Amino acid sequence: MKAGYSKLHYWRKSKSAITTALCVFSALVAVVPLFLIFFYSLSQGIGALNLDFFIKMPKPVGESGGGMANAIVGTAILLGLGSLFGLPVSIMAGIYLAEHKHGTFATIVRFLTDVLSGVPSIVVGVVAYIIVVLPMKRFSALAGGVALGILMIPTATRTTEEMLLLVPQSIREAALALGIARWKVTLRVILPTALRGIMTGILLALARAAGETAPLLFTALGNRFWSTDIGQPIAALSVFVYDYAKAPFSDWNRQAWAAAFVLIFLITVINVTFRFVTRGRYAGTGNGH
Amino acid sequence: MQEQATAIDETVEKGPLVIGSTRAPEHMSETKMSSKNVEAYFGKSQALFGISLDIPTNSVVAIIGPSGCGKSTYLRCLNRMHEVAGGSRKGSIILDGEDVDSYDPVVLRRRVGMVFQKPNPFPTMSIFDNVAAGLRLNGTTKKKALEEIVERSLRQAALFDEVKDILDRSGVSLSGGQQQRLCIARALAVDPEVILMDEPASALDPIATAKIEELIQELKKNYTIVIVTHNMQQAARVSNLTAFFYLGKLIEFDETERLFTSPQKKQTEDYITGRFG
Repeated sequence: MKAGYSKLHYWRKSKSAITTALCVFSALVAVVPLFLIFFYSLSQGIGALNLDFFIKMPKPVGESGGGMANAIVGTAILLGLGSLFGLPVSIMAGIYLAEHKHGTFATIVRFLTDVLSGVPSIVVGVVAYIIVVLPMKRFSALAGGVALGILMIPTATRTTEEMLLLVPQSIREAALALGIARWKVTLRVILPTALRGIMTGILLALARAAGETAPLLFTALGNRFWSTDIGQPIAALSVFVYDYAKAPFSDWNRQAWAAAFVLIFLITVINVTFRFVTRGRYAGTGNGH
Repeated sequence: MQEQATAIDETVEKGPLVIGSTRAPEHMSETKMSSKNVEAYFGKSQALFGISLDIPTNSVVAIIGPSGCGKSTYLRCLNRMHEVAGGSRKGSIILDGEDVDSYDPVVLRRRVGMVFQKPNPFPTMSIFDNVAAGLRLNGTTKKKALEEIVERSLRQAALFDEVKDILDRSGVSLSGGQQQRLCIARALAVDPEVILMDEPASALDPIATAKIEELIQELKKNYTIVIVTHNMQQAARVSNLTAFFYLGKLIEFDETERLFTSPQKKQTEDYITGRFG
């Protein structure tokens, strides 16, 4: 024992070491599932991953090969429609909640948004089915987009709100003290400052929506043929995975794994790209991560 | 005194503005802002009690007092920033003969600018954009005009030479002292008449502080300045008039020299001699 270091000192040091070790272990456990999924789907689907997979159409039952170009494009269209329906509402609602944080109406809206985030996605699918599919009398990309849009709202709204509230009050005061009207302060000063964080939230919402299968089953339906018509049923990677994974053909099962991998990969790519783009000129100054 | 002279020439030309004589008005003869019986509240707790104070044109008024005495609150009443933080106020505050409540706060704040305790440049904007923000967000888009105003404001804030080659860099990339001068330039760019400074040098080192103080001397030729400070030496150095606040009340208000050399009230004397606070 070194001079002056008591037993207590070593006891404290070991407590500190144990706590650190536990934290590191937990952090690893938290990311391990992602890597497991990533590599397992890759290893299972690698046999089906080739250029054809991305540019060819699904082959009829019994023929091997083919791809899911239609599903990749379909997922992109569905996400685009979902963003179109969901994001403007979310961002504006988020701004409202941040600006009127203590208002009664804001409190109610905030609570309902939280409730909405707990609603099973299949129920949201039913809603889209009733409000879009039934009146149109057919399944369509539009209905799928509505379902995904609704599913994006809770995450996107609450992140927008939280990110706006993270912008220091001093920034808001600086702008107001310059004689800038409040709405301009919010749109031109506060919103850009929080943009990176808001983007992260939007991406989370998007990633969530990209993987949704249940609400698409009776809205977008899926489609084995090429279609970009938003008034018609459309293919989606997630629906594709669902159909192909339960099929009795090992070739299809492999393609399902490949599709799952592609889905994860695409979301990662979108995520990284968006972060890179929104890093902007003044990285590390806002409240991004 | 160059500016002074031109100012007089202009007044002479314009004629009717001058009352009585064409001589330069004595410093501190006209009142720029005044408050009568101002009381300020945060919810139910009262922060200011009946503050009446006249702020003469082209003077520097320092407000001193211990923490929590209401100096900042008073300052924020002057440009109605107090209400932004959810506070309320009674009593009247007059700017150029008109009650500040009769102004649209947006217009008022363009005439009564503010520099905060902690430098707060807009993090997403470049140095140039920070200074131009007040004008640009109020609709000035002419590039040439903006460039001129930005340069003039940065020069006035004694920052131009240090940043002229890096105007497109982020405002928050500057040092603390530079950031504070950037914030002063940003406030000057909208051409206010009164500048409120809330402990503008408290987060700065002595060299940066000296720069800000020099700047205040320079600025008072064209602007009316109210500065809140913790630092009594600073108040003594930069101001013409000093107000001593204690527990939300105005204890004494006098010419700076007199207040520091022969204070009339015991509380003032105790504070400036360091017996409390």
